[in-house]
Amino acid sequence: MNPELVGRVFPPTPPYLVGREKVREFARAVFADAPQHTDAEAARTLGYADVVAPPTFAMVVQDLALQQLLSDPGSGIELSRLVHAEQRFRYTRPIVAGDELVATMSVTGIRSLGGNAMITSEAEIVDAEGAHVVTTTSVLLAGEAGA
Amino acid sequence: MSAFTVGDVVAERSVHLTRESLVRYAGASGDFNPIHYRDDIAAAVGLPGVLAHGMLTMGIAVGTLAEALGDTGRISEYGVRFTRPVVVDPETGADLHVSAKVGAVDDETARIDLTVTFAETTVLGKAQVRVRLS
Repeated sequence: MNPELVGRVFPPTPPYLVGREKVREFARAVFADAPQHTDAEAARTLGYADVVAPPTFAMVVQDLALQQLLSDPGSGIELSRLVHAEQRFRYTRPIVAGDELVATMSVTGIRSLGGNAMITSEAEIVDAEGAHVVTTTSVLLAGEAGA
Repeated sequence: MSAFTVGDVVAERSVHLTRESLVRYAGASGDFNPIHYRDDIAAAVGLPGVLAHGMLTMGIAVGTLAEALGDTGRISEYGVRFTRPVVVDPETGADLHVSAKVGAVDDETARIDLTVTFAETTVLGKAQVRVRLS
């Protein structure tokens, strides 16, 4: 594990356009059967412009940012031995179809733990106006090469 | 506006997962880690079998609350620890049970604690949802 990763801020991801059918597909996949996730009219009744993504959909956008870290050959992370240990989301508002989202990720902590490394990263996700939508925090447990 | 009282179970459900559920989640989420659909790879890395994505379990858990909230947009925070794997048998699948109980209430928010069990074991730790009351 490369300890110099701590504090590193990755470039903002290219804008991710949230599609209505993608939200419906994701909702079905996580057994989110509330009408606001699939029925645009039901979402409008609640005051949203379009279908509302289930809360964990933010992970799809976070993943784009996380790939920057995982695919970095200098990170020292062995992909096949990566375990998701913890996940948190802090929302200003839910993600809605039509949103164009950009994630900026930073590595906030690395801790060694008996041959493994705990990597904490945070991604701040904003909309096309730059307004905060959700901040995601991931803790990954990475087996170190040769450990 | 629903009033939350500490100790109340506000929602509960059981979800039956199959291998198809995992493939569907892989496609919808973009997480194609093969330990979620290939027995040979799961075995090679020392797992007891093909596992459900932690994020699938996390998503199912919070979805249980949607009806009680009326609007998932009221959720201000949601966090979990992935403490135990959910092994999805190729023939019999896996049954998850989710229970949502009010853990704390203050003037502006309520904390809902989610308990997710598989094969009589809790699989998520500190699964907490913070909800806006107004």
